[in-house]
Amino acid sequence: MTAEIVDGIIKAFQLLFSLDPTVYTIVFRSLYISGLATAMATLWSLPIAVILAMKNFYAKNFIRSSFNAFLGMPTVVLGLVLFLLFKRTGPFGIFELLFTPLAISLGQAILITPILVSFITSAIESINMELRDLAKTLGSTEIQASTAILREAAGGVTLAVIAGFNRAFAELGVAMMIGGNVHGRTRLLTTAIALEINRADIEFSIALGVILLAIVYAITITINYLRRR
Amino acid sequence: MKKYYGIILVVIAVLAVGIAAWALTIQEKELLVVSTTTSLYETGLLDVLDHEFEKIYSNINVTFISQGTGLAIKTAQGGDADMIVVHDPAREKAFLEGGYGVNRKIIAYNYFVVVGPAEDPAGVRGLDPVNALLAIRDAGREGNALWVSRGDDSGTHAKEKRLWIAGGEDASELRDESDWYWERGSGMTATLAMVNEKRGYTICDMGSYLNNYASGAIDLEIVVEAGKDTLNVYSAIACDPRHPDLKNVIFNNAIKFIEFLVSDQVQDILADFGIAEFGQPLFNPAVELLEENTDPTIVSWIRDFAFIDGTECPTDKRYEAGDLSFLKIAALPTMIRREIFN
Repeated sequence: MTAEIVDGIIKAFQLLFSLDPTVYTIVFRSLYISGLATAMATLWSLPIAVILAMKNFYAKNFIRSSFNAFLGMPTVVLGLVLFLLFKRTGPFGIFELLFTPLAISLGQAILITPILVSFITSAIESINMELRDLAKTLGSTEIQASTAILREAAGGVTLAVIAGFNRAFAELGVAMMIGGNVHGRTRLLTTAIALEINRADIEFSIALGVILLAIVYAITITINYLRRR
Repeated sequence: MKKYYGIILVVIAVLAVGIAAWALTIQEKELLVVSTTTSLYETGLLDVLDHEFEKIYSNINVTFISQGTGLAIKTAQGGDADMIVVHDPAREKAFLEGGYGVNRKIIAYNYFVVVGPAEDPAGVRGLDPVNALLAIRDAGREGNALWVSRGDDSGTHAKEKRLWIAGGEDASELRDESDWYWERGSGMTATLAMVNEKRGYTICDMGSYLNNYASGAIDLEIVVEAGKDTLNVYSAIACDPRHPDLKNVIFNNAIKFIEFLVSDQVQDILADFGIAEFGQPLFNPAVELLEENTDPTIVSWIRDFAFIDGTECPTDKRYEAGDLSFLKIAALPTMIRREIFN
C-alpha cells in the first residue's frame, strides 16, 4: 500500500513534466470550466451581496440564512436536480445542455454562489459603515458609494472568489452527473480521478490528485501574494 | 464540582463496557467478503442470496463489494476479499494463473444485447453484433448516430472492446473520435441513462437492461439480439490462501459460499429471479445445463467462450474444494467425447 502511494506521487511528477497531452487537456478543460463558473457566479453574487449587506428590507435575514445554509450543499444533490432540469424531457431540455461543458459551468456557478454571497456579504459588513455614510455626505451616488465600499472590502472579495473557484474546481458530483465524464468532451480532473479508481489504476488516480491539489495550492498562493503587494 | 467527576467517570465506564460487549458480539460472527460486479449487484439478486445464505450459516456475515470486474479482481488481489464473482473469462484466467484464485465454478449466464433508440438511425436491426457496431461507426462518422462506451474496464467494457477488435477496430483509438464515440467511464445504469438521453447505442447485459427498462428509467429497445457472440458467463472463484498477499483470506467460508451458489436451491432461485417483474429470468442457471447438457448449443457456446484449457477450472487450480466437482470437455456432449477418444 505504501509503495502504491509513493509510486503515485512519483508518477504525478512524471506526468506533470512529461507534457502528456491527455493530462494537459483535462487540466486546461477543468481550469476553463471552473474559471467560467467563477466568473458567472461573481457577476451575479456581487450585486446580491452588496444589497444584502447595505440595505434593510423584509426577509433579508431569511435570505442571508438561506445562502449560509446552502454553503455545504451536497454536490450530488445539485447534480441530480440539474440533471432532471436539463434532461431531454425536463423543463430546459430544448437547450440540449446535458453532457456539455457549459452545463458543468452553470452547475458549478450555482454551487459556489452561496459561498461568494456569504463571504462577500460578511466582508462588506466588516467594513466600517461610517465610510458609506461619509461617502454619501460627500455627495456620491448610491453606486459610487457601493463601489467605494467594495474597494475597501477587496481583500474579502478576493478570498471569496478564490474559495469559490477552489470549490468548483474540486467538486465531483455536478461534473459527473451533468457533465457525464465523456473522454475528450467533459472529462475533468475530479471525474478522471473517480474513473481511474474504478479502473483500478490507483497510481494514476494519486497522480491526478496531486496535480489537482498542486493547482489549487498554486492559485491560492499566487493570488494571496498579489494581494499583499 | 468535584462530586460530578465520579458520576461522569461511572457513566463513561458503563458506556465503554457496553460498546466493548457490543463489539464482541459482532466479532463472534465470521466475515465473508465477496468482491463482485455491478451488473449482479444492481439487480438486487445478491441481497436475496445474502439473506438465504445467512439463514443456513447464521454465524457468517456476508458482505458484497460491488465494482466493475477490473476493480473487483484488483480488490481480491490486494487481499481485501475472500472470493470473487465476475464475468470476464480472459481476466479470470489471468487471476487463476497469477496464483490468486482456485476452484472456479461457472454459476450462471445471460447475454449482452446492443440497445438503441426505437427509430434506429444507424439501421442495425437484424445485423450481427460486429456488423451492427461497424454500422453505428459509419453512421456516427456521418453525424447520424452516437455510441456510448462504459469505458471503465468492466466485463461489459471488455466485451465491447473484443467486438470492436473482431470488426478490425481499436476502441482506444475510436474514443478520440469524440463526436460519435463517447467513452463514459461509469457503471451500467449511469451509461444507460446517458444513452437514453442522447438517443445513442450501447452494449448492455440483459439483466441491467431489463432492470432499467422495467423501472421506466429508459425507453431504449434491443436492436441486436442475444447470440453466441454476446454470451455473458458469470463465474465464482475462491481466493487462494496460499498466495503470500492473501494470507488473511477466510477460505472455508468462500468454499461454503461457492457450494451454496452451485446448489439446487440457488440455481432454482436464479431460474426464477426476475420472472415476476420482467416476464423472464435476469440470469440463467448454468450448473445443471453444463452437467446434464440440457441444451447442447448453449453448452458448446459456454465451452468455447468461458472454459479455461478445456475445463471449468484447470486441475492445478483446484485446492481443498470440498464438495465441488469441476466439469471438463469429457463430461460434455457425447459427440465431443467421441471426438476426443477416437
